[in-house]
Amino acid sequence: MKHARIAWAGAIHEAVESDGELLLTRSPWAGKRLKFDEVVWLPPLAPVAQARTILALGLNYADHAKELAFKAPEEPLVFVKGEASLIGHKAITRRPQGVTHMHYECELAVVMGRTAKHVKKENALDYVGGYTVANDYAIRDYLENWYRPNFRVKNRDTCTPIGPWLVDAKDIHDAYGNPMNLSLQTTVNGKVTQSGHTRDMIFDVPTLIEYFSNFMTLQPGDLILTGTPDGVVNCEVGDVIVTSIEGVGDLTNTLGQ
Amino acid sequence: MTQHVAKPQDYWPQGTVYGALLNFQQEWQIKVPQMPEAPYKGAPKAPMLFIKTANTFTPSGGRIALPSLVAEVDIGANLAWIFGQDAQPVACVLVNDVSIPHESYYRPPVKFKCVDGFLGVGATARGLEQVSTDAVVLTVKLNGQLVQRLNYADTVRKSQALLADISEFMTFQEGDVLLLGSDCLPNGKRPRAKAGDVVEISADGFETLVNSFAGGAV
Repeated sequence: MKHARIAWAGAIHEAVESDGELLLTRSPWAGKRLKFDEVVWLPPLAPVAQARTILALGLNYADHAKELAFKAPEEPLVFVKGEASLIGHKAITRRPQGVTHMHYECELAVVMGRTAKHVKKENALDYVGGYTVANDYAIRDYLENWYRPNFRVKNRDTCTPIGPWLVDAKDIHDAYGNPMNLSLQTTVNGKVTQSGHTRDMIFDVPTLIEYFSNFMTLQPGDLILTGTPDGVVNCEVGDVIVTSIEGVGDLTNTLGQ
Repeated sequence: MTQHVAKPQDYWPQGTVYGALLNFQQEWQIKVPQMPEAPYKGAPKAPMLFIKTANTFTPSGGRIALPSLVAEVDIGANLAWIFGQDAQPVACVLVNDVSIPHESYYRPPVKFKCVDGFLGVGATARGLEQVSTDAVVLTVKLNGQLVQRLNYADTVRKSQALLADISEFMTFQEGDVLLLGSDCLPNGKRPRAKAGDVVEISADGFETLVNSFAGGAV
């Protein structure tokens, strides 16, 4: 099932996808059907009791590592993001005035479903609650070699669109075997600029869950953004960027100022 | 050795906990010769930040476990701001930003700083109106012996300047926390704790933050 979290009629609602429409699932609107363009899309994540841990990978696709002139990392290159950087589907991300290189990054986002500590690769996927699409924007003008990628590049307000759907892990595993079998694509104003495949990750999803859960306990709702493949290009104000992952969803974002 | 029993924790972080790197003049000066060299190739410009994830939070009085194969950890005594509405700080609290010692600040320090239990959190927060942030002095005791004094008059960015420079690109949410910086010792290293040690961080008017350290986390 594909789950969404939306704002409509003055309140926030849980919904699921049903025959190309949104079906509200809870009282007082349980059973109500809405068109996709009737609502405001929020990140498809239920609130959590403590700060949500958002781990994000850099250089996790062999081709992207090559493109950026770095040697492929020997262990995951990971940074952490604050939840306040997340925004929903069909939202606007601010492009600061005067920057020269701001690019999208289409990423498979893993949403943890169970508390994970010292999990082994072999059963790591049992701990995944679902998958969604993240666009982990970066502004290369602000890159510095201190805790790189630094927060001014990667923890900016509005710069992490996520959604539209949280797709149950079981659906992806049943349909594709595992999350390492999905094609990714980004379009800018309708033109394909990035194509890739999750099988090309350097550290696959089970490996990442094993690696992180070896030193940090992950909670339900925590996120792992798994990195982006080759094909990131500069985008300008007004550009419409659609980051898509097979079976998971098409996440639309527009750059504004 | 004194046994410290956890008391009820009045304060617990509700939002994301951010921390500022290299915000004391002493550590900055020690790093200056390395700044033009690889991999840094220049002094930091914007504030350099990290996040202490929720799995790191340990109450005052609580025990912090060292991972197996880690003999010692860095003690990072910090004064931290707690944010209210309007992205402004409203209170402050003492914290211990525990880290596995690491020399390089090139890559994000997740595996060094986001280990389970690696943030000691003071039991009570104080309203900011009672505290003059840039004049706070912290003392760090290891097994009862004074090992470090930090004075927030010695920071690189004073608290309001730090807030202004961070706010240029992100907005603090209600409940978020900002660690205003920890310092090294004159030798460039931080005080270190090993299994069996007790670390106390105190400041005038604050309830002392106490954490014991144990070995053999699994």
